[in-house]
Amino acid sequence: MLKNKGTLTRLLEYAKPYRAYLILSFLFSVIFAAANLYTPIIIGDGVDLIVSAGNVDFESLKFVLFRFIAVILIMGVSQWLMGLCTNKVTYNTIKDIRFDVFCKLERVPIKYIDQNPHGDLLSRIINDAEQIQDGLLLGFSQLFSGIVTILATIGFMLKINFYITLVVVLLTPISLFVASFIAKSTYNMHKIQSKTRGELSGFVEEMITSQKVVKAFAYEQKAQERFDEINERLKKCGLAATFFSSTVNPSTRFVNGLVYTATGIAGALFAIAGRISVGQLSAFLTYANQYTKPFNEISGVIAELQSSFACAKRVFDTIDEKEEEKDPDNAITLNGENGKNQKTVNGNVEFKNVCFSYSKDTSLIENLNLKATKGQKIAIVGPTGSGKTTLINLLMRFYDVDSGQILVSDIPVKEIKKKSLRSSFGMVLQDTFLKSGTIRENIAFGKKDATMEEIIEAAKSAYAHSFIKRLPKGYDTVVCDEDENISVGEKQLIQIARVMLTKPKMLILDEATSSIDTITEIKIQKAFEKMMEGKTAFIAAHRLSTIKEADIILVMDKGKIIEQGSHEELLKKGGFYKKLYESQFETY
Amino acid sequence: MLKLVKYLKGYIKESIIGPLFKLLEAIFELIVPLVMAKIIDVGIKNSDKAYILKMCGILVFLGVLGFICSITAQYFAAKAALGFSAALRRDLYKHINSFSYTELDKIGTSSLVVRLTGDVNQVQNGVNLILRLLLRSPFIVIGAVLMSFFINFKLTLIFVAVTILMSGIIYFIMSKSVPHYKRAQEKLDKITQITRENLIGARVIRAFYMEDDEIKNFEDMSGSLLKTQTYVGRISSLLNPATYLILNLGIVLILYFGAFSVNIGTITQGELIALINYATQIILALLALSQLIIAITRAQSSSIRINEVFEIAPSMKNGEGVAIKDDGVKIEFKNVSFSYSDTAEEALSGISFSINKNETIGIIGGTGSGKSTLVNLICRFYDANSGEILIDGVDIKKFSFSQLREKISLVPQKASVFSGTIRENVKFGKDYVSDEEILKALEIAQLAEFVDSKEEGLDFMVLQGGKNLSGGQRQRLTIARALVGNPEIIILDDASSALDYQTDAKLRKALKELKDKTIIIVSQRCATVKNADKILVLDDGKLVGAGRHEELLKNCAEYQEIAKLQLGEGVLGNA
Repeated sequence: MLKNKGTLTRLLEYAKPYRAYLILSFLFSVIFAAANLYTPIIIGDGVDLIVSAGNVDFESLKFVLFRFIAVILIMGVSQWLMGLCTNKVTYNTIKDIRFDVFCKLERVPIKYIDQNPHGDLLSRIINDAEQIQDGLLLGFSQLFSGIVTILATIGFMLKINFYITLVVVLLTPISLFVASFIAKSTYNMHKIQSKTRGELSGFVEEMITSQKVVKAFAYEQKAQERFDEINERLKKCGLAATFFSSTVNPSTRFVNGLVYTATGIAGALFAIAGRISVGQLSAFLTYANQYTKPFNEISGVIAELQSSFACAKRVFDTIDEKEEEKDPDNAITLNGENGKNQKTVNGNVEFKNVCFSYSKDTSLIENLNLKATKGQKIAIVGPTGSGKTTLINLLMRFYDVDSGQILVSDIPVKEIKKKSLRSSFGMVLQDTFLKSGTIRENIAFGKKDATMEEIIEAAKSAYAHSFIKRLPKGYDTVVCDEDENISVGEKQLIQIARVMLTKPKMLILDEATSSIDTITEIKIQKAFEKMMEGKTAFIAAHRLSTIKEADIILVMDKGKIIEQGSHEELLKKGGFYKKLYESQFETY
Repeated sequence: MLKLVKYLKGYIKESIIGPLFKLLEAIFELIVPLVMAKIIDVGIKNSDKAYILKMCGILVFLGVLGFICSITAQYFAAKAALGFSAALRRDLYKHINSFSYTELDKIGTSSLVVRLTGDVNQVQNGVNLILRLLLRSPFIVIGAVLMSFFINFKLTLIFVAVTILMSGIIYFIMSKSVPHYKRAQEKLDKITQITRENLIGARVIRAFYMEDDEIKNFEDMSGSLLKTQTYVGRISSLLNPATYLILNLGIVLILYFGAFSVNIGTITQGELIALINYATQIILALLALSQLIIAITRAQSSSIRINEVFEIAPSMKNGEGVAIKDDGVKIEFKNVSFSYSDTAEEALSGISFSINKNETIGIIGGTGSGKSTLVNLICRFYDANSGEILIDGVDIKKFSFSQLREKISLVPQKASVFSGTIRENVKFGKDYVSDEEILKALEIAQLAEFVDSKEEGLDFMVLQGGKNLSGGQRQRLTIARALVGNPEIIILDDASSALDYQTDAKLRKALKELKDKTIIIVSQRCATVKNADKILVLDDGKLVGAGRHEELLKNCAEYQEIAKLQLGEGVLGNA
């Protein structure tokens, strides 16, 4: 229990904003517990009036019964209200925790998302959060009434007889010790169970996402085998966790049974000695039961909470992840909004001695020096893996350079607000991404308040309008990333329309037209040219039809720029570029 | 939830023994009030200390027995519940595995993940609790009622009536909440979907600074979930209070009528106390039951969702497997038409062509002209709406899926690689492939140099989605994957879009040297398909040209346009 003090404290921190409800819940549970404890007294009083044949006091009994009814009504209402308050606290706490996880996922470096199976991250938001919720619900609802019951019952029992109470009080905490012991041993099992569940989620998500490939290669059998392996492991560790946790209940009930017996002996002996009445004994026995029940419940809670703590740890691990570097306080805004620290984009982009690699042992970009001025079109050419996409990752600050500096508008990118930096570039990536929603929403990504006219205009410039019109619901057609109905090329056109809509100051195209036929590509090229008049553009491509028009062509190989110049200049040089260009006409 | 009971098969022994032991434990518990009554009526009344001690000894003994029974029961219950959920998960995944894209779209990946993990969990909890409590509570109730009947019939009847009333209320509450729990799970689906999309499209979302919008989106959906949870919470919170209230009223009635009975000597005081004791036990047992009810309700709504998945039948039937006719025509399309859904336009109309064995075919056409759709049909990811597709002279539907997969290898347009080593990615299920064959495939795919440059070689770990590889490296990996295992037909769907011309040319050269393979290359590049034995030109879902490069330059307007743009004006003059 103590091992998880940190986790517990953090969970309670999340519950803090709702402490008003917690307090209310506490109050209601006090009322409920008190009423509940009063019940045996009333019953005892009633029993004492019903002694034997001919010896029954009906008059007084009536009053006792009225008292009883009043008490149980109070009990019912307060218990219900207590439930409502506990629900409120728990559901809101979990909502906040889920929210924090999601926000964190929006702010972690891309590296974290690339390196963790998506399904595992999803498992934290779905399953782990759910588990915490169940634990908290149980904890809050049992804990308060439990403590109150314990304290009150001690009071009631003391009123009847001191010594018997002593017996009860001394024996019952044994169940707590037993529970804690079991709980500590099961924590690790729960940890493994959560982790394995995450692993299963990760596997399933990845497979289902790529179902087409799985089917194409008849991988279903192998996928099933791999699934079964993880499934078996989940079963085994689940069994251990579930069973050992469940031993808490029988153990504590056994202890309770002992307490009950001890009470019975002591009580009977005292009754023989005339120190208590039979009615009092009956009440005492009921109290003993009442008293031990919360211990039972609390032990159950301790056990259940182990699972919740294990899950909470995973969730907090994600929440604790380091975020992308925050913008410095006086960060500069780049798009002409009025205010402090704003500069207009002048179209200059500069790389100064930039070094970068994704992993420490393989170098990728070494000492890159490049200067682009306003209105220049820079084409980045080179064999695959030479570093083209990486340059773009660095420009957009999806990754940060290991050493060196990147300057946009003559300002180091680290001093510019990320939001501003990213929105001043219009980016079209190699991998298409459509968010589930309508086509209209997908195009209006960067400009939520765009009018329909603006959207159609953008679609037209991207040559997407005609195929969108042909869809059953046109712009209101609902799409998602996995849709087969729209070809990859058409998806790329939608991405281009997105950028056309936002009219950015600088452009980054990462093989953006690779899935589009040449005819359409040339048309789009012309549209881009018009839009980009006077603005800087970075284009990474293989298609020489794209590249020929560039002002500067950067030829990259293995992370370095090996040639620079215009198309004609490079051909004249007769080097790497020339070879690349000529392979278009190789007759193979 | 009853539909899922069959997954307990294999654990029938445990499912019966578990509750039985719980029953035993319950029996021992029920004897306790009797013993206590004896202690009071005999021990105290007669001041017989020895008798009291003897009775208490019996109580301890009963306690120990009860403990052993309980532990045994818990173990069997856990074993059955976990076995159940493992079997359920397995079957569910197997069923999902058989889905094609159309079926997957019906429910969506995120929801499937939630159902496979979250919903199965709920059902597992339900089963576990049922096995632990289901027999115990009703048994205690029945047992206590029976015992009470022996003491006094009339009074017990009152209590029974109250219990029945309470059951009615519980049932009512339960049925009200099932649909709401289902709705809550659906909202959980949505939350999962939003999160998943944000993970997949992290770069695009940040590029357009959509983070704040997405956060707001998530918050809205969370809020919606909260509302549903709160609403159903209000209903289920009534369960306990209602139980307490009604049952305690029952005790009031027992006291009242019991007073009369004691007065006329029908029962003794000790017996009245025993009756009240039993009534209390019944209350506690029913309370435990009402906790169970909530878990069952949630399990029920999760079962409904799981059954929804099972009820989706995969739309394409596996063929029985068939012998081929070898007359040299490898693939033939006869007047094939297809559209992705009833409402969509036709993606392909009236396509007819034939491909001979060991030919190299090029497929070229504008964006959205139907190239990938054609590939989808050859691979039988979808069935044509009309017309016939023949492979080796036999209707494609007659082949079993595994036969087809062995024959046809696909390099899809969007390169999909998996987390795992390079070796695993290339092998991808074909365990019989040797390392040599893998290396050979990598060589043809122009990826050998990359693998050599890595210290781990074939053991180099690829991340999910291939994020630690460049676009071109991913593509080449998928090409290598398609080459191992000796397929007869290899389809490359725009498989070199991420490759520079140099690598593309080397790749084509290497492919040309493969013997005994029918190769289909879908491309935008004239240069890539120029030297094919036959080129199919698609435009807007129709076949507008079929023939060799030179023929098409003469006859096909669309092809002329493409060639002109890519290869230069001069190419027309040379034809």
